[in-house]
Amino acid sequence: MAGFLLRRLVNYVVLALVATFLAFTLASATFDPIGVLQQRNPPPPAASIEAKKRDLHLDQPIPQRFVTWMSGVVQGDFGRTVADRPITDELGRRIGVSLRLFLLGITFGIVFGVLLGVVSAIRQYKFSDYFATLFSFILLSMPVLVLGPLLKLGAQGLNDAIGSNVLIFVGEATPGFQGNWFESLVDRLQHLILPTLAIALGQIAFYSRYQRSSMLDVLGSDFLRTAQAKGLTRRKALFKHGLRTALIPMATLFAFGFGLLVVGGTFTEKIFTWYGMGDWLVVGIGSQDANITATVTLFVAVCVLFSGWLADVLYAALDPRIRVN
Amino acid sequence: MTTSEIQFDTPATPATEGPVLQVEDLHVSFPSEAGRVHAVRGLSYHVSPGEVLGIVGESGSGKSVSSLAVMGLLPSSARISGSIKFQGRELIGQNDAELSKIRGRRISMVFQDPLSALTPVYTVGDQIAEAILVHKKGAVSKAAANKRAVELLDLVGIPNAVERAKAFPHEFSGGMRQRAVIAMAIANDPDLIIADEPTTALDVTVQAQVLQLLETAQEVTGAGIVIITHDLGVVAGFADRLMVMYAGRAVEKGNVDEIYQQPRMPYTLGLLGSIPRLDVSEKQALVPIKGNPPSLTDLPPGCPFAPRCPMVVDACHTAEPPLVDVDGSAEHQAACIRTNEIAATDAEGAEAAVEIFGAEVADEPEVAKIPRDQRDIVLELDQLVKEYPVNKGVVFKRRVGTVHAVAGISFDIREGETLGLVGESGCGKTTTLMEILNLQKPMGGEISVLGTKSSDVDGKRRFAIRRDMSVVFQDPMASLDPRLTIHDCIAEPMQVHGYAKDEINRRVPELMRLVGLRPDQLSRYPGEFSGGQRQRIGIARALALEPKLVVLDEPVSALDVSIQAGVINLLEELKSKLGLAYLFVAHDLSVVRHIADRVAVMYLGKIIEIGEVDSVFDAPRHPYTQALLSAIPIPDPVKERQRERIILTGDLPSPANPPSGCRFRTRCFLHAQLPPEKQRQCIEVEPLREVQAEDHEAACHFAQIRQVL
Amino acid sequence: MTVILNEGDAAGTTGAASGSPVDAAPEPEKAMTRGRLVLIRFMRNKLALVGLVVIIGMYLMAFVGPLLSKWTYDQQDYAAFLEPPYADHIFGTDKIGTDMFALTMRGLQKSLIIGLLVALISTTIAAVVGAAAGYFLGVADKALMWVVDLLLVLPSFLIIAILSPWFRGKSWWLLVIMLAAFQWMITARIVRGMTLTLKEREFVKAAKFMGQPARKIIAKHIVPNMASLLIIDATINVGSAVLAETGLSFFGFGVQSPDVSLGTMIGLYAESATTFPWLFLFPAGFLVVFVLAVNWVGDGLRDALDPTSTRVRRKEKKTKEKAAA
Ligand SMILES: Nc1ncnc2c1ncn2[C@@H]1O[C@H](COP(=O)(O)OP(=O)(O)OP(=O)(O)O)[C@@H](O)[C@H]1O
Ligand code: SF4
Ligand code: SF4
Ligand SMILES: [Mg+2]
Repeated sequence: MAGFLLRRLVNYVVLALVATFLAFTLASATFDPIGVLQQRNPPPPAASIEAKKRDLHLDQPIPQRFVTWMSGVVQGDFGRTVADRPITDELGRRIGVSLRLFLLGITFGIVFGVLLGVVSAIRQYKFSDYFATLFSFILLSMPVLVLGPLLKLGAQGLNDAIGSNVLIFVGEATPGFQGNWFESLVDRLQHLILPTLAIALGQIAFYSRYQRSSMLDVLGSDFLRTAQAKGLTRRKALFKHGLRTALIPMATLFAFGFGLLVVGGTFTEKIFTWYGMGDWLVVGIGSQDANITATVTLFVAVCVLFSGWLADVLYAALDPRIRVN
Repeated sequence: MTTSEIQFDTPATPATEGPVLQVEDLHVSFPSEAGRVHAVRGLSYHVSPGEVLGIVGESGSGKSVSSLAVMGLLPSSARISGSIKFQGRELIGQNDAELSKIRGRRISMVFQDPLSALTPVYTVGDQIAEAILVHKKGAVSKAAANKRAVELLDLVGIPNAVERAKAFPHEFSGGMRQRAVIAMAIANDPDLIIADEPTTALDVTVQAQVLQLLETAQEVTGAGIVIITHDLGVVAGFADRLMVMYAGRAVEKGNVDEIYQQPRMPYTLGLLGSIPRLDVSEKQALVPIKGNPPSLTDLPPGCPFAPRCPMVVDACHTAEPPLVDVDGSAEHQAACIRTNEIAATDAEGAEAAVEIFGAEVADEPEVAKIPRDQRDIVLELDQLVKEYPVNKGVVFKRRVGTVHAVAGISFDIREGETLGLVGESGCGKTTTLMEILNLQKPMGGEISVLGTKSSDVDGKRRFAIRRDMSVVFQDPMASLDPRLTIHDCIAEPMQVHGYAKDEINRRVPELMRLVGLRPDQLSRYPGEFSGGQRQRIGIARALALEPKLVVLDEPVSALDVSIQAGVINLLEELKSKLGLAYLFVAHDLSVVRHIADRVAVMYLGKIIEIGEVDSVFDAPRHPYTQALLSAIPIPDPVKERQRERIILTGDLPSPANPPSGCRFRTRCFLHAQLPPEKQRQCIEVEPLREVQAEDHEAACHFAQIRQVL
Repeated sequence: MTVILNEGDAAGTTGAASGSPVDAAPEPEKAMTRGRLVLIRFMRNKLALVGLVVIIGMYLMAFVGPLLSKWTYDQQDYAAFLEPPYADHIFGTDKIGTDMFALTMRGLQKSLIIGLLVALISTTIAAVVGAAAGYFLGVADKALMWVVDLLLVLPSFLIIAILSPWFRGKSWWLLVIMLAAFQWMITARIVRGMTLTLKEREFVKAAKFMGQPARKIIAKHIVPNMASLLIIDATINVGSAVLAETGLSFFGFGVQSPDVSLGTMIGLYAESATTFPWLFLFPAGFLVVFVLAVNWVGDGLRDALDPTSTRVRRKEKKTKEKAAA
């Protein structure tokens, strides 16, 4: 078992490295930071352009640049931006912002998604199932870039109705906010609710569909019938034998969802003006900055890696058939 | 074992007077695309305490539905009416909470498929303990329930029960899981056990174990038992009374002996006549029942069996015949307006069936008249070996062992001859077939088809050999591409081998007629045909290229008995007409006895006995063959009760780690009785195949004849 | 023997060399072909039907609608800046007086075309590659699986976003190809899985043992038998391609001006959602309704093609019960 997990881990680390390398290579090959510089008005002097080229190691071949950058990363130095600011300084803060958003969103998403899926399956083709299905279909068809502004619109209506800014949809905290720890917590919560909702709603819809079908598979299974034949009531059999088994295939999805979420987070951050990792990616591409782009990619890769590995652990914990191998 | 806590009622004192179960005019229907499916239509029966009732019928006759109705486990879309009284108490209309107090406590059930009947995520012990805890909340501690679970596992014959209770279902073999389910079923000392085809998914040797276990269960609990099966053999020795179902109704009921000896309804007759008998050596005529069971959506008025009945008269179409007493006995009832005429025949049981249905024995093929050693060899295996690696490893896979799937087997098949290859599942039959069909160089040994060795053929020659060798598969549902018309299915091999279009268009209808199908159905899709018809289409496809050898992988085991007989008859006829040679793989020895000229018995990748079919079946020399034969039930209650069963213990050992010396020694009853010095020979020396009689070899150091039929 | 047999039957039993006379299959008019059954089931699914009508309607509207409008997308009405919808401009106008209806139709056109093309291309690639990998296994298969894994770590959004500076100013065709190139892998993996199962099916083995070459087996037996999956997947892929395009265009990584798509419009007007909602709501509405319709159709197809589906049975039961009441 431990061996299995170790093998997966090695596999993931290799994948993460390759992914980062690819991102770095693609970015370095297509980006043209000097071109951006040259278009400035007035154009910078040739000497400073040459200096910039050297700073950015543009005179070296790409693989060598990657090695240079990577050896820095290993020592905790993620290089400098085109504007010559150290990436490492900004990294920690941005990761904090993003994780706050994702972890809350995904937790809500999983818990309520699973519940909704189970209810929907058990009450198949009844009103609650139709309702849940409609709800998740609409949400699944609504990307964050639509859902976000709609939530804002709704929040504004609510704020107007109450007459005070309960829900705040710009930034992650009020700039220059003064107050004790409690007021500051409330302030952060006010900022957190909408973006978390934007993430969680989509996740709920996504997981509930899969949980529903996985639960439906289990509903027709022989072992559920055996459990009832033993004398368990239907409800008890459903939860103790059915749900427990139906959760197994979900483990992989949880990881998969997390991977997608990091990218999806880009939209949420942009719409609610949070300066997290997703936003940074946009900034990085906008300023044609290979180092920022590679750093964000590495972060995405590590997130997927970690959650994928977590899924393996979860899978092994849930499914005795895996445990033996 | 310490039976401290196992308390079963004494069988002699039934809980209540009267029948345990009384089903009266039960109707069950389901909604479907094509209208309501009336799965059960007015079924009545009863089970007395301690009595064993057998329910027999074809697939779809409503056996499972009626028993699930008793358990209250039908899906909510089912509409149920009538009455189901358990110990005098009406069950229909009770809610789930009420029923769940009875389920598992008073009535318990064993299902058909043991592989999926247990929850994969809990240990077997926990699942059995749960059955106890659920009904004795508070009265029994968790530890006590666990202890009892171990005792029950021990009772149902799981060796090393303390350890095995902690195992998960996937670590159990099919037979062991079925035992675990039975342990669960008897855990609360029920008054009624319903077993829905409890042995259908199991090998014969395991089937014998499970049937014996059910008998034991019946003895310890004193419960009434309803055993459902489609195999008349299974219940012959076990049931007291029998009910034959057709199209959702009982068509014949009575004591077991009466029904087997004096069936009074053509369907029962047909069923009896369609079973190949293990105990009959002369060529027996098998009765095929033509057609298919009727659709249960809108039955025409009249006898539902009429379209398939050889005795049908106009009067049969007017009204559905009720169950009436026959032979002046209220014990025996049949639903047929011509029962009296059947009663008037002189013949009994299966013979009457042959008379009424008019079955015939196919002729011997012409080539068979030439002595065997003068005929050409069509297929020859010489010490064929096939091994699979067992890999394990973390970052780098390494090989930790070898599955010896086929460990050096040899046989030959000559023109116009049928070799039956039999053995339990997992013994290497399919691997052998695939090796032959792949026509690649084997890992060890040699395969020759029509004198050409597979080890030195190139692609072109291999393609040419494919013309002379074709295959028919087990599952008629999977063996035809659902997206091709029947015409295209049958034409495919000819297209591949470059037949001209006209030639193909001429041959396809011809082939259809050859296998007994109407050529005007050629533009239909496989989905529109029944299992038996599809199997015929598969046979037509196999014959398209006029092969010399047809390899048949369990060609009838997926079919209902009544349909199976027709396909077996067809195969025999084709062989006689076209002089084909068959390699016939089967696990059903009765079918093999009926169709094969020679038989090879496989155990764990080796052939342990081979020879002329009558010699092997009438005078088996190898203990495994003897056990296998003795495990097969015979559809004759009188003979069945007298027969002495050799019950093999345990399951097939893992082929990754076969026992030393004789591979069968871990389960060999003969070995167990030998003195130690002789036992050593079994353990140390692998027995080789030795000639026992003319065309009869066996691989046992202490081979001796033992008649088991 | 004493039993009198019916003549017809006596003749039947001694008839042709047939083992046993076999009845005709069910009568032709009664026999429901699979195609008809699927059609009937699909037609019974109201949501799927609505979805189908909506999709067709949208394609019609996107291409015919502009012809009926008196404004074109590149005209400005200097008498109407930032007007909410009214009779003259049914979708309102933006700040330079562009008619939002004409503009939305223009964007819709592009999004729909991109969606359709990407789905067709990517599903085709997926079918071919997935089936080949599953059938031949070996190197091709290992490579495919690895690429899919990589794609989880390095999502297509990221790759295309990184590459976006390079195709800035080039034709939108390039975007179609990029989207298709990075969208087929997951489907290919599903196709591969199905191929593995199909390969073990006996009719495929039968074809192999009669000497049919692998290439033909894939074309004749394997791909046609996945038709239902491929149809469903192509449908769903239209939706996801539109979403992917929108997402990229939202950040300016996708469709480039002078082209417009729903994504570029949503990106442009998301900020105005709370102030001038009509600018945002119309393109967003069209996006959501389209994707929703696609999902309904996909779900309806899945239901209709799945032999174990029970929805219709329920429906039948309900209508009967209603009739009885
Ligand atoms: N849940 C269901 N919904 C609709 N029809 C059903 C359902 N369960 C069973 N049926 C139908 O009821 C009929 C009787 O089925 P049943 O399972 O009782 O047959 P059986 O005699 O047990 O057959 P087998 O030998 O194959 O187990 C069949 O036509 C079957 O298709
Ligand atoms: S009633 Fe008629 S059709 Fe039915 S079984 Fe008897 S003879 Fe045959
Ligand atoms: S050789 Fe020994 S163990 Fe093997 S079958 Fe004969 S008696 Fe049994
Ligand atoms: Mg059944």
